Amino acid sequence: MTVGPKRRIKLPETVAAGDVFTIKAKITHHMENGFRLDQNGGRVPRDIIHRFHCSFEGETVIDVALEPGVASHPFFAFEARVPRGGEFTFTWYDDDGMVHTETRSIDVI
Amino acid sequence: MKLNRRAFIGAGSAAMSAPYVLAQGAGRPKVVVVGGGAGGATAARYLAQDSEGAIEVTLIEPSRTYFSCFFSNLYLGGFKSLEEIGHTYGTLPASFDMNVVHDWVVDVDHAVKTVTLGSGARLHYDKLILSPGIDFVDGSVDGWDLGAQNRMPHAYKAGSQTELLKAQIAAMPQGGVYAMVSPPNPYRCPPGPYERVSMVAHVLKKTNPTAKIIIADPKPTFSKMALFEEGWATHYPGMIDWVGPDFGGDIVSVDPDTMTLSVDGDVLSVDVCNVIPAMKAGHIAEVAGVTQGNWAPVHAGDMSSKLVPDIHVLGDASQQGDMPKSAFSANSQAKVCAAALLSTLTGAPLLTPGYSNTCWSLITQNNSVKVGATYKATEDKIARVDGFISQVGESDAVRERTYLEAESWYLGITSDMFG
Repeated sequence: MTVGPKRRIKLPETVAAGDVFTIKAKITHHMENGFRLDQNGGRVPRDIIHRFHCSFEGETVIDVALEPGVASHPFFAFEARVPRGGEFTFTWYDDDGMVHTETRSIDVI
Repeated sequence: MKLNRRAFIGAGSAAMSAPYVLAQGAGRPKVVVVGGGAGGATAARYLAQDSEGAIEVTLIEPSRTYFSCFFSNLYLGGFKSLEEIGHTYGTLPASFDMNVVHDWVVDVDHAVKTVTLGSGARLHYDKLILSPGIDFVDGSVDGWDLGAQNRMPHAYKAGSQTELLKAQIAAMPQGGVYAMVSPPNPYRCPPGPYERVSMVAHVLKKTNPTAKIIIADPKPTFSKMALFEEGWATHYPGMIDWVGPDFGGDIVSVDPDTMTLSVDGDVLSVDVCNVIPAMKAGHIAEVAGVTQGNWAPVHAGDMSSKLVPDIHVLGDASQQGDMPKSAFSANSQAKVCAAALLSTLTGAPLLTPGYSNTCWSLITQNNSVKVGATYKATEDKIARVDGFISQVGESDAVRERTYLEAESWYLGITSDMFG
């Protein structure tokens, strides 16, 4: 079972050489913005995913800084083209110090 | 010949454009109500009760026992028996001056103002109230039709379908998969599918803790979403997987023969597949000519059809504006409609119409959340005035009070409907 918040990733398992394809990635996270007050008037501490990074075989595909204004369950859809088969690595950096990682392989035919 | 005399008077009073109050000497004005649910039964009861015999009320409903769709999720969760959500129509004619006819209405002729029943009998009306609830849009879920409802039940009209779904949940293998195909807006009971998932999870947690629930949803957000997400994470961690349109929850097909569900091309084998198709007004509304698209547009002040005179449409079938399709809404609309008809037919004073709604959802035992609002009639629609919703992080005591409130509402509305 996955540890930490739920991640969902979608990309093709195989792709024709030279084709551009869509990658979708989403993490379930409340993205607490740090500006809300709790029932006692105290501030609810900020807790967000502050960075999302996707790489292919060590090379960065997309690297995003997220701010407190981003809504819960941040979702990214972006396009990529790869020169050969290999592995994508998806990494989310949480304010609580946790780093959540997923990998997905793709074949080029 | 009694029937001929009535038909003659009916035709006569329709031909005279004099107010109905004048026609009273010649015979009581006739109101026919089609559909004995939260809209129809309430309207029939209040017309009969408040007119004190001045209006002849006939309620036509095919079922002899009405299983309420509201609270049927609690039956799935093991909190109610089927008997507790079943109601009969015996008290209405015994307590109020009204007829109850158990039959289908198969035709409405608004030129001569008659309805035809499945038995062939024909009834004249001066005013017709249609409260037929919902039917399903053919072809809205690829691979599913009514012929598949035994393998893949919708359970969105309560009764045998709800029993079937419960039996299928009980028969799931350990670690099996319960899938739900959630409907697009607008549909009956916006939080209903998600309360159902909560109730199924409540049962599976005890009997089948390694089972999974997957929801394919064409909607990016749903009613009380934050409250359900919080409840699921707290009470059923890791069990429920919601797939929205981001990940193809709107690109779904099913195969009842192989018990598979395809979400954006990914094919899953499932053990239970609860398909809740897109919805439209109950078929008789279409037959009566009061629908435009899938629903029946009505005036906000009295729920009268915008398309056909002397017909009112209540509840789920109506397209009235901001109110959600719920039993509470239908009951509220029925009271406004009954008051308007009393005024038209008997000259009773007319009050400014006001509407209200609340939807409660049970997440786990003694833990309910709610959303509600008040509404007013404007020129073009029933418009929302003010609302409220439960908050995330509420205490168990607050949630239990909300649950008890729902229980009292159920007692209240069912005694309103059935006497």
